[in-house]
Amino acid sequence: MQKRRIRVLIAKPGLDGHDRGAKVVARGLRDAGMEVVYLGLRLTPEEIAEAVIQEDVDAVGLSCLSGAHIALFPKTVRLIREKSDKDILFIGGGIIPKKDIPRLREAGIAQTFGPGASLAEISKFIETSLKERGNDSKD
Amino acid sequence: MKEEVERKKEFRTTVDGAVVKRVYTPADLAEFKPDTSLPGEYPFTRHVMPTGYRGRLWTMRQYSGFATVEETNKRYKYLYKQGQTGFSVAFHLPTQEGYDSDHPLSAGEVGRCGVAVDSLQDMEGLWDGIQLADVSTSMTINATAPIILAMYITAAEKQGADRSKLRGTVQNDTLKEYIARNTYIFGPEPSMRLITDLCSYCAENMPLWNSISISGYHMREAGATAIQEVAFTLTNGIAYVQAMIDKGMGVDSFAPRFSFFFAGYTNLLEEVAKFRAARRIWAKIMKEKFGAQNPRSMMLRYHVQTDGFTLTEQQPLNNIVRVTIQALAAALGGCQSLHTNSFDEALALPSEEAVQVALRTQQIIAYESGAADTIDPLAGSFYIEWLTNQIEEGIQKYIDTIDEMGGALEAIKRGYIQREIMQSAYDYQRAVDSGEQVIVGVNKFTTGEERIPRLLEIDEKVEKKQVERLKKLKSERDNEQVSQMLDKVRRVAQSDENVMPVLIEAVKVYATVGEISNAFRDVFGEYREPSII
Repeated sequence: MQKRRIRVLIAKPGLDGHDRGAKVVARGLRDAGMEVVYLGLRLTPEEIAEAVIQEDVDAVGLSCLSGAHIALFPKTVRLIREKSDKDILFIGGGIIPKKDIPRLREAGIAQTFGPGASLAEISKFIETSLKERGNDSKD
Repeated sequence: MKEEVERKKEFRTTVDGAVVKRVYTPADLAEFKPDTSLPGEYPFTRHVMPTGYRGRLWTMRQYSGFATVEETNKRYKYLYKQGQTGFSVAFHLPTQEGYDSDHPLSAGEVGRCGVAVDSLQDMEGLWDGIQLADVSTSMTINATAPIILAMYITAAEKQGADRSKLRGTVQNDTLKEYIARNTYIFGPEPSMRLITDLCSYCAENMPLWNSISISGYHMREAGATAIQEVAFTLTNGIAYVQAMIDKGMGVDSFAPRFSFFFAGYTNLLEEVAKFRAARRIWAKIMKEKFGAQNPRSMMLRYHVQTDGFTLTEQQPLNNIVRVTIQALAAALGGCQSLHTNSFDEALALPSEEAVQVALRTQQIIAYESGAADTIDPLAGSFYIEWLTNQIEEGIQKYIDTIDEMGGALEAIKRGYIQREIMQSAYDYQRAVDSGEQVIVGVNKFTTGEERIPRLLEIDEKVEKKQVERLKKLKSERDNEQVSQMLDKVRRVAQSDENVMPVLIEAVKVYATVGEISNAFRDVFGEYREPSII
């Protein structure tokens, strides 16, 4: 049985244009051996949900630095879960105040990474979480 | 030199990775033509003004705006009372990207990254009790800059101010939005048309207004090195100057009102050298390439903001120290205006306390450090002079490369500039991850404990309030008039007439940012970025 590469989609919901973090993480995950779909910015939760279903990814990374994460991350997760039974891993990144983290976790964002997080930390988190979930997709 | 043990195998600049020697001597300058120019003299390496800060200090201008116009107006009055000498407006993202607050894409964004301005009514409220005839205002607005400037002019005139005497700046630099920051709406060609319409309108009607602020700051934030920051800013500048000349404007009719915007990083000596090199190279471009006669056309006048990316979420008080060094670099480098970041900005929008510390940092540098008492005090240092030359060479190489490609617009369309910056951002992150680039409190000298400062929160009711205000406006204004005016905007957009006069008419009848942007979208279409990672 050959192990399939982890598939991750990175996207920026909302109007925020700060895409350095999202792009650096996308590239870092690719260099860590994952297949990365970088969807880009200025996307609605609906657009992201549609792409997640089409791309059949294992993990989704959402990035937002404008403060709109509370409005956008939970909605995106909800729309994806409505359309998919797959136990997709969600992570978030950006300027996320600590007090918002419990609310995001309840909404399904397993972990948030702020400025200062290392690429190794992020890729390791994805690998370990998917393994724990037992769906580190085998072909 | 005797072989002795040093901390590191080699020391390198962060601007281009050149090896930094143990010590610099006159021999390092031998291959360069000595620059003995004085402040206020071509090529303005040392300062644009002959009196430097002895005549006038830099303008202390804190970028600020959040929630609705009421909250922001209160913050402006507070900053003014604290000794701030100019205003700088942060608009929320919907205003910057041409959506009204009630648009589905605006959900969650209203009043977050800046103040919500949908119509002239909001613009008037923003300046309630502040006489626009007496202040200078910088507005960070790009794709919708002509609409926002039309609102500002109208609000000022309603207060009784004279259009020709208004002082301030609009960023109006959409080319860099395709490279970094990403608040574009239309494609590069229609954007160039709107940018140059605004610049020529100002050249003819608002002689004290800076019609553009050509910005490297956001490219630096996106990962550019200091050399890339200046190089790509100047190549955008060249594209704008050329576009104005192609429009039939004489170079000296508009170039004196072109201004610039750079980042201030923590590597003090590199930053000072960067500013010196940037002034020198722009003066040469304006004189030699574009044949400017007026010295003011050759002066690189610029705003500096200390760099947001360098702020850490971990041990946030350390950021006060970083900002101090960055602001000192800006002052020693000769900036015309300065924004200092607040120490809590890696955590949230800045609180009032943090904003005050940031402003005080500038005041301490201006009044206590002595850095403002003589001009360009680091000149003549062998290292600074060598570094200035080194950076100038690096910038020139990029300018030549982009010139060969056919200019900035072409380089952006090919994704060349975006890829160069992306590579630098990635290299930097890897250097941080490996520990080669030390960030105190992040990858070295870390502590478990964390002091979380009091943070500013934006009430989720703000969005509701703004949407209701907009709804009320739309029901009370003369909608027949608005729709006629929007038709007129479309007609002007299709012609080659300057858009500014019709925009002033349109905002007067309370057509909104979103409505006018949509009229433009009908004519120009929308831009979608190529995916570059």
